[in-house]
Amino acid sequence: MIIAEQKEISEIINMVGDHRKILVIGCDTCVTVCLSGGAKEVAILASALRLAFRVQGKQVEVNETTIERQCEIEFVDSLESMAKDKDLLISMGCGIGVQTIAERFFHLPVVPALNTKFLGLPEKQGVWVERCQACGQCVLDKTGGICPISRCSKSLLNGPCGGSQNGKCEINDEIDCAWHLIYERLKALNRLECLEEIMPVKDWSTSRDGGPRKMIREDMCL
Amino acid sequence: MNFQQSLTQNQFTITTEIGPPKGTDTSEMLAQASKIKDRVHAMNVTDNQSSIMRLGSLAACHLLKEQGIDPIYQLTCRDRNRLALQSDLLSASALGLRNVLALTGDHPQVGDHPQAKPVFDVDSTQLLQIIGRLNEGRDLSTQFMNKPLTEGTALKGKTDLFPGAVVCPEANPIKPQLLRFSKKVVAGAKFFQTQAIYDFEKFENFMKYARDLGAKILAGILLLRSAGMARYLNKNVPGIMVPDHLIKEMESSAHPLETGIKIAARQISQLKGICNGVHIMAIGLEDKVLDILDEAGI
Ligand code: SF4
Ligand code: SF4
Repeated sequence: MIIAEQKEISEIINMVGDHRKILVIGCDTCVTVCLSGGAKEVAILASALRLAFRVQGKQVEVNETTIERQCEIEFVDSLESMAKDKDLLISMGCGIGVQTIAERFFHLPVVPALNTKFLGLPEKQGVWVERCQACGQCVLDKTGGICPISRCSKSLLNGPCGGSQNGKCEINDEIDCAWHLIYERLKALNRLECLEEIMPVKDWSTSRDGGPRKMIREDMCL
Repeated sequence: MNFQQSLTQNQFTITTEIGPPKGTDTSEMLAQASKIKDRVHAMNVTDNQSSIMRLGSLAACHLLKEQGIDPIYQLTCRDRNRLALQSDLLSASALGLRNVLALTGDHPQVGDHPQAKPVFDVDSTQLLQIIGRLNEGRDLSTQFMNKPLTEGTALKGKTDLFPGAVVCPEANPIKPQLLRFSKKVVAGAKFFQTQAIYDFEKFENFMKYARDLGAKILAGILLLRSAGMARYLNKNVPGIMVPDHLIKEMESSAHPLETGIKIAARQISQLKGICNGVHIMAIGLEDKVLDILDEAGI
């Protein structure tokens, strides 16, 4: 899922500026699971904003709502009645949610309450880790199901660099060396021969480096 | 005799390294280099070592070559994509440089511009393949490396580069490093320089493996200045493990630098006959390389 974390409240207050009628919008999907932008966090942010504006002596009306998915136009459509008399929308969705709302409500400003961080999973309570960079050409079959693109600090394809020591990465000894993990897993699978072949230079044009991406499935198009 | 000849004729080969200045004043670098040039076969020039921005290794290699020094051009994948790497390799060749050390490069986060966007378009193994390809007179254009070498665009004048790489025989665990080492041999590395060597038993085992692959190995020798430096290296530099007995020897010495020189010389004598040469890293005290070589009787 998409992992995001809430911005500092002071930054959010700054983004509100002189707006007076605000709608805080949560999302029930990824950001609910990673505890940053679901109904609960929307309620907390809305109260914090109301309190802050009261202290500042400002008359600001703060409404709140949470929709099932901010990344689908049908769900965003349902915001119409609540959004129409507002002068600012605050999205607590990921960057995709913010943009879907911006596209749908072309004449209303929308600002992000979250910093969208990565594609990953909760490792344990309160800890989330990255697992995929959407490179567009998955190599997990060759690397024991461990992604070298997102999990090696240098996205290396041919084994550990000289900085790998005791299973940890050179940039920080709290980060596991991806190539150490790959080695251990392939050993356990009895497939170390996967590491003997040189992986050729990667085609990065299928990743973000190829420009904004689009997927078209003719069979699904109407 | 130049570096490549020395290695191919199986002579005990000596290299050292020099870091370009942070700035445009190359006088000190060139003065240091000229003091030691007659005693070493070649001099590595580091490429933004430890991700600290400095004058470029290509320009510095060129300046050393003008002084009659055989440089080893260090080239990392951290700051250049495949266009820049190939282009710089053509430039190096056009300037008459021959020896290239292909490195992945440290991550920018360990250096002085930690917010920089790292490149790592290719890795050091793939960079070795690229050098091989340029030597054949072809570039990487349009096609990918898994296609036969007859593809790519023909170059107007091919490179004549002597590629090398690095290996960490003291890495723990060693197996994953050895797999990568074998790949680098297959990818065309003609010589290897190692991280500082302290565990000679482990190194001899590594040499058996290396000899079977036909790889030429220059063992890394690092000049210790003080016990504090040794501890600092152990803590901060990936892949360096100065053993306790050497730290004690440094600590109990009244002249630690001289002791450091003696230790380095002793290590060189021990390594003679085991590997193909040594790579001496004096980190800022390049003229002390002379003392180390004197002490080792080379
Ligand atoms: S190889 Fe690419 S697609 Fe597969 S997990 Fe890694 S980044 Fe994602
Ligand atoms: S230590 Fe491991 S994870 Fe870190 S950059 Fe090197 S190979 Fe990648």
